[in-house]
Amino acid sequence: MSKITELLNQDMAAINLGLERFYDDLKAQRVECAQVNWKPPAANQDKIASLLAGLKDR
Amino acid sequence: MGRAEANLEAVRRMQESEVFLIGAGIAKDTLPGMTDKMILHAGPPITWDRMCGPVQGAVIGAILYEGWAKTEEEAEVLAASGEITFDPNHHHSAVGPMAGIISPSMPVFILENKKFGNFAYTNMNEGLGKCLRFGANSEAVIERLHWMRRVLYPVMRDALKLSGPIDWRTMVVQSIQSGDDCHNRNRNCTALFAKAIAPYIALCDYPKEDLSEVLKFIDNTEHFTINITMAMCKATADAAAGIEGSTILTAMCRNGTDFGIRLSGTGDEWFVAPANTPVGLFFPGFTQEDANPDLGDSTITETCGIGGFVMAAAPAIVKFVGGTVKDSVNFTLEMYEITETENEFFKIPALDFRGSPTGIDLIRVLETGITPRINTGMAHKKPGIGQVGAGLVQAPMECFIKAAEYLQSH
Repeated sequence: MSKITELLNQDMAAINLGLERFYDDLKAQRVECAQVNWKPPAANQDKIASLLAGLKDR
Repeated sequence: MGRAEANLEAVRRMQESEVFLIGAGIAKDTLPGMTDKMILHAGPPITWDRMCGPVQGAVIGAILYEGWAKTEEEAEVLAASGEITFDPNHHHSAVGPMAGIISPSMPVFILENKKFGNFAYTNMNEGLGKCLRFGANSEAVIERLHWMRRVLYPVMRDALKLSGPIDWRTMVVQSIQSGDDCHNRNRNCTALFAKAIAPYIALCDYPKEDLSEVLKFIDNTEHFTINITMAMCKATADAAAGIEGSTILTAMCRNGTDFGIRLSGTGDEWFVAPANTPVGLFFPGFTQEDANPDLGDSTITETCGIGGFVMAAAPAIVKFVGGTVKDSVNFTLEMYEITETENEFFKIPALDFRGSPTGIDLIRVLETGITPRINTGMAHKKPGIGQVGAGLVQAPMECFIKAAEYLQSH
């Protein structure tokens, strides 16, 4: 039995990052699951990072 | 003082503010800097030609109410003529919901921050639907404004003289624990106020029919206290303003065209960007297409850690502004990511009495990419129509980027 099959045959506990739909689906299948609200970094990320670098030292 | 220390000082002042409703007056005699031919509006500064439909509608209504013109057409010509000075409420220690219009002879409530000695002012709430603050200006709207000046105002003024100062923070604390967010749900706060003021209204020396009308008006106007709570927040935020180096927000507001923010450490400077349009629930006959972009000074509530920031305490609000109960909890939890502290007074029962997220920090907003969440009434985008619903919206990130650019260059 491969490692991955071995893993999938165990009881699963999942942590879902981002899109909550996946969390809802797992909960509907009674899989133990925790939701972490996360979204990709905002647009203008480079500009914001540069502004933050200048401001955080103050 | 470094940024960390300055931010702690800003939120300390917010937390220690003790704001009381102390009276009522007429705008031109009460508001600092108010002049005879001046109309105050919500949000950051704006000229007549850039005002959105509901603000123009409300300005026209205020001109008719003041008797400066006889028809809507005359009022529009006068508004565009440059004879009237338009100025933000925030420049006069004042706030007003939605269009936020305050003209010289309108009655205002007066609040005092007894801890720090500053004052704040606000107009009186007209109810829901066809109201000046949503851009409506029909004869019925103007007549109600005259009734408020003629009957509501003297009763409020005299009743507050008899009652003495009312501790408004305590009113808000109790209301949040009873299911209000004190922005778009004010049912408990208005009931508490009616209970507190009724014995003194009964003692006022006016015809008993007038006293009864005033009590009925307060009872029928479930958002009656939003204006007063906003002024409490204004007096609180102003006490936290002017701390060099602080990146805590001391104002967020919208004029239906632009969204503006101020920081404690950057004085009177506004950082503005185009306002987003709320998404929510609509009154029968209206749709999302009718909604004007975000409008009003009422985001001073979120600035001080209530309103959208305590939606977890007000699950019933989702039936008015949209979303689910789970969303209301998530919105509050998300706001802890961008705030400096947890409020010592505004506690949320559903979160085991955790203090509300308080003191929005520019740096945290930029770091997380999370902008403040707001719940709001929605006005029709055309002048003269009024409220079309209520919904949810977020502050535009562009304001925060502009503030950061300003800090970097100063």
